[in-house]
Amino acid sequence: MLLLAGAVPVEHLPLLIGPIEVSPTGITIDGNKLPINRGNEAMMSAACLICKEYGIEAPVGMVAGDIGKREGSIAIYKHLAEHLPEMGVKVLTLHYVMPDLKLNKKVLATIDTMAEEDKPLMIADAGSMYVAKAGGDAHYYQVFTPDLGETAFLADDKADHPSFTRGFIFNMEEDVPELIRRAYAGKNATPTMFVKGKVDYICQDGEIVDTIDQPSVETMEPIGGTGDLITGMISALIYAGETPLQACRIAGRVNRAAGELAQPTPATQIDQILRFLPEALAKVQKQLG
Amino acid sequence: MNWFKKLTKKEPEDAGDVEVKRGLLVFAHPTTVISVEELLRDEGYEIRVVSPPPAYRTGCDLSVEFPLSEEATITELLNTCGMSPLDVVPITSRGTEPLRFVRTTMYGKYIMVRAANMKMTVDQETKIIVNISGGGCPDVPYLATEMLGKRLRDAPDPGEVGFSLCAYSLNTSREELIRVIGD
Repeated sequence: MLLLAGAVPVEHLPLLIGPIEVSPTGITIDGNKLPINRGNEAMMSAACLICKEYGIEAPVGMVAGDIGKREGSIAIYKHLAEHLPEMGVKVLTLHYVMPDLKLNKKVLATIDTMAEEDKPLMIADAGSMYVAKAGGDAHYYQVFTPDLGETAFLADDKADHPSFTRGFIFNMEEDVPELIRRAYAGKNATPTMFVKGKVDYICQDGEIVDTIDQPSVETMEPIGGTGDLITGMISALIYAGETPLQACRIAGRVNRAAGELAQPTPATQIDQILRFLPEALAKVQKQLG
Repeated sequence: MNWFKKLTKKEPEDAGDVEVKRGLLVFAHPTTVISVEELLRDEGYEIRVVSPPPAYRTGCDLSVEFPLSEEATITELLNTCGMSPLDVVPITSRGTEPLRFVRTTMYGKYIMVRAANMKMTVDQETKIIVNISGGGCPDVPYLATEMLGKRLRDAPDPGEVGFSLCAYSLNTSREELIRVIGD
């Protein structure tokens, strides 16, 4: 099972778990339709589309309503801590949740009880990545997908949230390789890491092994959700059998190709990029042979 | 209420002054800190909003640094207002203040401002918020839903309807946009 977990901005929505169905206007989980939005819905939509293109089973979504009051995030942490071993999860992607160090450590403690061969490969972005780093727990995860501001946060061994990144590190962003070096030196990076930016950096075991800067679609940066598409695609590609490194290489190129096809402005919304993912995937697969 | 602006006031950087002379008010939620910060500043106390000490961190929180000599009056005031702290602890070093640096990028008629991990993009001609990107706390997608398509002056204040440090940084972006292009 590919399990994608995270909160959605619907207050009082209870915990929902079920296969994700995707349509041009949103996703459906356990009979509840959620409109496309930046965050988990975009990530889940992208993963669904990639699974469909690869002819594999749809990912399972675990969502709960949370507009920042924590209740949905708590429901997700608790369910994972109590039930993960019996769920048969091969790849687990954790995304937008309210960072909670204690509850996340409970989830990780549950994973510690599992046999090595049963432990899921873990991917984290957004709040799930923040709490993993703040807890000194990056070593549990295989892939992080930070943007530039988040990479500065990973590079700052004193910060426990991107808002507390120290100024001298925030101002180091012209030197992304140095930020990446610091993140690995502080053990706050994952074996495979995708750094999203004007140039995408793909890292493996502390080394930058690939960069992607073409096609350059500058207007992608302001669009909320483009990074979420990358995380969703990487998740699905790994589940489809690609190595984490190859999944990053494909996802980064597909994202840019979709952006080029969409010809976005800074006012474009994520659903207008998302619709081009299948076409972009075909294009990239042809390029990569 | 415009509590974030008040954070720009700087205190003297005299590390010697803070040795066991300052304390931290610890609260359950960042939103409480927002209200407390406004109340105490209005009352004239010299305070700073900072990261809480490790034992109190959840991963997304703020606390209030204050002069320890004022502990009794401040805690009484907070108790009276129904905003009692979870704990009051003395500190021997300054806490870390949230990042206030911003980066601005122009895209023709659009302007994007990034603070920490949060980006807000506005049409300079209409002052309408056209995109919100970045962040990782669950109130970010909610705030985007509430703010997109609205003029800066009409959109809800992330400091009032948000709950997280991501909302804090988003508000830093918003304030910079208003400073540069008006609302």
